[in-house]
Amino acid sequence: MTNASRALAALGDATRREIFEQLAVGPSSVGALAARLPVSRPAVSQHLRVLKEAGLVEETPEGARRIYRLDPRGIGAMRDWLDQHWDAALAAFKDFVEQPEEPTA
Amino acid sequence: MTIKPVVKTLTVKASPERAFEAFTASMGQWWPKSHTIGATPFVAVVMEPRVGGRWYERAADGAETNWGKVLAWDPPRGFVLAWQISADWAYDPNLMTEVEVRFEAKGDGTTAVTLEHRRLELFGERAQAMADSFDGGWVGVIQHFVDFVGG
Repeated sequence: MTNASRALAALGDATRREIFEQLAVGPSSVGALAARLPVSRPAVSQHLRVLKEAGLVEETPEGARRIYRLDPRGIGAMRDWLDQHWDAALAAFKDFVEQPEEPTA
Repeated sequence: MTIKPVVKTLTVKASPERAFEAFTASMGQWWPKSHTIGATPFVAVVMEPRVGGRWYERAADGAETNWGKVLAWDPPRGFVLAWQISADWAYDPNLMTEVEVRFEAKGDGTTAVTLEHRRLELFGERAQAMADSFDGGWVGVIQHFVDFVGG
């Protein structure tokens, strides 16, 4: 599964999308997210774990709490795309540059 | 925070001069047609052959869509481009990821081509900046990305 499809799958759940959008507004703790959403703390933690595995959020410890924020490396999906893009582009380049030179008209 | 560059190497049966020329002056003839950000398909991909030159695609109706610019130009050894297409598939003049391509003769008539796309962490920083300035920006970024990859 690519990062992109993992990200899509992670955001396919309405509650996770809501959490993701909350974090787009600013970093937050599990408790603060649970207070703003009609979801229990354990459920929020579970959703955050899925978002984290999809590369969409990251966590940093702050005292006894963990603070969650959007992971700018969610853009790892972008890197995956570029990796595939350059494979395809360079294969096409090789085909092109190795074809016999066309006689100039 | 840094993200590992994308590095590709390949060998082509051509001289460095021919490889450099084909890569730059004929880019529109081999660049994947689906890898475009213009409103309509491109008929040419233009890399102006000088430092500071523009890099853009041109559609049949003459419309030009910027992709980036030339940062270094050293034929036939190589060049560096600024790839300024953001994670939401738009030209972003403030985004400066770099693509360096080098051509090295291997002595048997073939050429080693090395491509490095680096400073990829800038995608994230720009995306974060956009997310900070537009409500729900990140969701849009991801959705555009998924649409693009899926399409």
